[in-house]
Amino acid sequence: MASAVMNTTSAALGWFSSAFDAPLARAVVFGVHIDGHLVVEVLLIAVILFQLSRKSYKPPKKPLSEKEIDDLCEEWVPEPLHPPITEEMEVQPATLESAAGPHTIIDGKEVVNFASANYLGLVGHEKIIDSCVGSLEKYGVGSCGPRGFYGTIDVHLDCETRIAKFLGTPDSILYSYGISTIFSVIPAFCKKGDIIVADEGVNWAVQNGLHLSRSTVVYFKHNDMASLESTLEKTTKGNRRAEKLRRYIVIEAVYQNSGQVAPLDQIVRLKEKYRFRLIMDESNSFGVLGNSGRGLAEHYGVPIEKVDIITAGMGNALATDGGFCTGSVRVVDHQRLSSSGYVFSASLPPYLASAAISAVDHLEENPAILASLRNNISLLWKVLSDVPGLTISSDPLSPIVFLKLKKSTGSIKSDMQLLDKITDRVLKDDSVFIVTSKRSNLDKCRLPIGIRMFISAGHSEADILKAAESLKRVAALVLS
Amino acid sequence: MVRLPYLTALTTLFSYGLLFAFGQLRDLFRKILDLPKSKKVQGYAPICLGLEDFYTRRLYLRIQDCFGRPIASAPDAWIDVVERYSNDNNKTLQRTSNTTKCLNLGSYNYLGFAAADEYCTPRVIESLKQYSPGTCSVRVDGGTTKLHTELEELVARFVGKPAAILFGMGYVTNSAIIPALMGKGGLIISDSLNHNSIVNGAKGSGATVRVFQHNAPSHLEEVLREQIAEGQPRTHRPWKKIVVIVEGIYSMEGELCKLPEIIAVCKKYKAYTYLDEAHSIGAIGKTGRGVCELLGVDPADVDIMMGTFTKSFGSCGGYIAASKEIVQYLKHTCPAHLYATSMSPPAVQQVISAIKVILGEDGSNRGAQKLAQIRDNSNFFRSELQKMGFEVLGDDDSPVMPIMLYNPAKIPAFSRECLKQNVAVVTVAFPATPLLLARARICISASHSREDLIKGLEVISKVGDLVGIKYFPVEPEKTYADGNLKKLE
Repeated sequence: MASAVMNTTSAALGWFSSAFDAPLARAVVFGVHIDGHLVVEVLLIAVILFQLSRKSYKPPKKPLSEKEIDDLCEEWVPEPLHPPITEEMEVQPATLESAAGPHTIIDGKEVVNFASANYLGLVGHEKIIDSCVGSLEKYGVGSCGPRGFYGTIDVHLDCETRIAKFLGTPDSILYSYGISTIFSVIPAFCKKGDIIVADEGVNWAVQNGLHLSRSTVVYFKHNDMASLESTLEKTTKGNRRAEKLRRYIVIEAVYQNSGQVAPLDQIVRLKEKYRFRLIMDESNSFGVLGNSGRGLAEHYGVPIEKVDIITAGMGNALATDGGFCTGSVRVVDHQRLSSSGYVFSASLPPYLASAAISAVDHLEENPAILASLRNNISLLWKVLSDVPGLTISSDPLSPIVFLKLKKSTGSIKSDMQLLDKITDRVLKDDSVFIVTSKRSNLDKCRLPIGIRMFISAGHSEADILKAAESLKRVAALVLS
Repeated sequence: MVRLPYLTALTTLFSYGLLFAFGQLRDLFRKILDLPKSKKVQGYAPICLGLEDFYTRRLYLRIQDCFGRPIASAPDAWIDVVERYSNDNNKTLQRTSNTTKCLNLGSYNYLGFAAADEYCTPRVIESLKQYSPGTCSVRVDGGTTKLHTELEELVARFVGKPAAILFGMGYVTNSAIIPALMGKGGLIISDSLNHNSIVNGAKGSGATVRVFQHNAPSHLEEVLREQIAEGQPRTHRPWKKIVVIVEGIYSMEGELCKLPEIIAVCKKYKAYTYLDEAHSIGAIGKTGRGVCELLGVDPADVDIMMGTFTKSFGSCGGYIAASKEIVQYLKHTCPAHLYATSMSPPAVQQVISAIKVILGEDGSNRGAQKLAQIRDNSNFFRSELQKMGFEVLGDDDSPVMPIMLYNPAKIPAFSRECLKQNVAVVTVAFPATPLLLARARICISASHSREDLIKGLEVISKVGDLVGIKYFPVEPEKTYADGNLKKLE
């Protein structure tokens, strides 16, 4: 039995080996004998090639059928356009019934107004109103067109030359709205790939401009020169490409969110060391700082050419509306075609431009109003130094006096409620109009909120003492 | 849409190619000549690198005198254009004190409120003396006056929505509202020819932006279906909300948007609609209420209506009209409301008076007269231009009519010749329009009288012959036997 199996196996093996070695049909191809094993090898190679050439298994992509798309559209439910309205959203601001000067009328009562940024007291000034009346009768109210299409009126050109002459720069360009100035200037100069070093306390308009410019933005600690230096060092060290990129530092002269004043002399030194260009927003310092009101550069004695781009809104010290940007001729000319808020928008109403010209004229002729503004600020600092529960956290030079809570309650919402209680009672009991700093939820700034008081050169000593008295009394009541 | 004949396309491309070649040649010479003295400040990269401002330096500066012409009077039907001269081949322009009186076919003065008006101006001067030109504060601090609340109610009533909110500038309205309503996870579908302010607002919001073909509700439906089925990019989660943004009148085309069809599509797919009526509010519709009234759409069907006061009301600023809750929410979060100086009180009073005139609440029928006048003027002007053989875009009843020029050389030729004959027109080229489709844009006003229009037509016809832009055959004079005689009165 075993020997029979052995015999058949050896016979089969013998047959196989002879088949391997047997010349196949006596074929000679290219001088090579075709043996049996060649056939198997060729078959093997063919099988390998066949497997390699087949695509790996992927389930086939079926596009959605019309019915499936219909079903998806049916069951999709959008969110409502607005979130549910909470109680704090229903609060209405106070309605004024007269001009927003140092004294104004709210609900029939006369109140002392610390909520308008009327730094030079020019609201209600007769010379400015007269020039506006003349302008209204000649040019009407609106300018009915963008600057490129018959919206350029000669008062615009006069206003631009007047401001440039006042500041001592070669040229300036006028914008039709205060906050659109800075968020049109930044994207006009900073493109994708450029480097911007900005202060973390800049206001929303600057943040929007930085976002629209698509550049790389690095923030440094609020008004901290050591942090600025280390950030500049980090962004330029070892970066060969940094030589070819445009680099900017963006700051504000007097910060809207905190009342701090930027140390311009140190910043200019740093910018020259690391070769950055400087963009400075002077909305709250134009017409306020400096011996003749020419801004932060005059205050620190820095030549104005060292600051590359200066922008300012005219809605504060100059008591009109609109904004301007000034710098070298190259800087200003570039904006006339590539700044979107200038090219695609109607120009400033002509009467506001003539109001700006008369305001600048008035400031140049009477530099004494700056002295009275400074006296008012120092008086307020003196009488507010001992308010219970609140401390002054702004710079002694800034016309925005910022009071924040000594001990925060922990959440921004309850801080806000406490501060609102204080300001409401101050208005109701003592007829002094002050406001808290409101923050939009789109704003990325994380600085603490507080009570903001805008000092004006038109406030009298009695006004300031009255406000301080009232604040001390109410703060003691509410915060104890 | 515009049909571009092949021959015109070829000649236009050839002209641009020639200008480009010459520009590059001049740049080359400038580089060679500047090599010895390197003006670049060491270490600072130049403000514009290489080809970024090539168009400005080599093409725009040659025809700079056609743009930005200063005027020395109110932008009314006749204006005083200030003459300028140049000593260095148009690189800089100097003002003179001479002016020429020209017919104004370029300003956005649809209802004629641009100049001093007998009802509006005394009230504006009174409010100026009471409230002074600026409020120096933001709306939530001390910037809300009685005038602002009055205007918000009036605008809401005029447009037909429950509530409205005001802003001091039309551009800022779009750029600051869209980010407040949409955020990451939302989808914005906007028309391909939307204005720069809408594009900026959409970019600034952080939402995904998709574009649909201009005025094509079928393509909008396709895009909506595709986007809802796919969901957010990469994660494929469903979208939080979808907003479709369209304009009432497109300022470079002069055509109305197909509002009823677009609203129907949006309602079917539960998308919100945002209508920008910058050019159409006050100018079209039987009582001036804009494109909704003209096309028979109920204002309640449009979720958010935006408009500006610059064009028809002769003032400045913008508004948003929507439901009470949305306006309440916007007053709490919108950055333009919380951080921007409030609208100047005399400008607010101008809009209040203008709306009262339009509604007839000032005790006269001047409003109805103005509306009828602008409608007649626009239709007359457009039909006459078409009869002369010009290629005019835009729908009937729209006061904006672009005339196609195409070739870059015809832009300054048309503009300068018209100015020599005392007609001031506006010519638009790249980048406001596509490169090959340069045009001259006429804006009709209710303060143009019939004689003004006839003079304008004569001058344009003469210049058109000279420059060669009558692309269509001239229509033969219709005889009485034809029957359909169009009454021009």
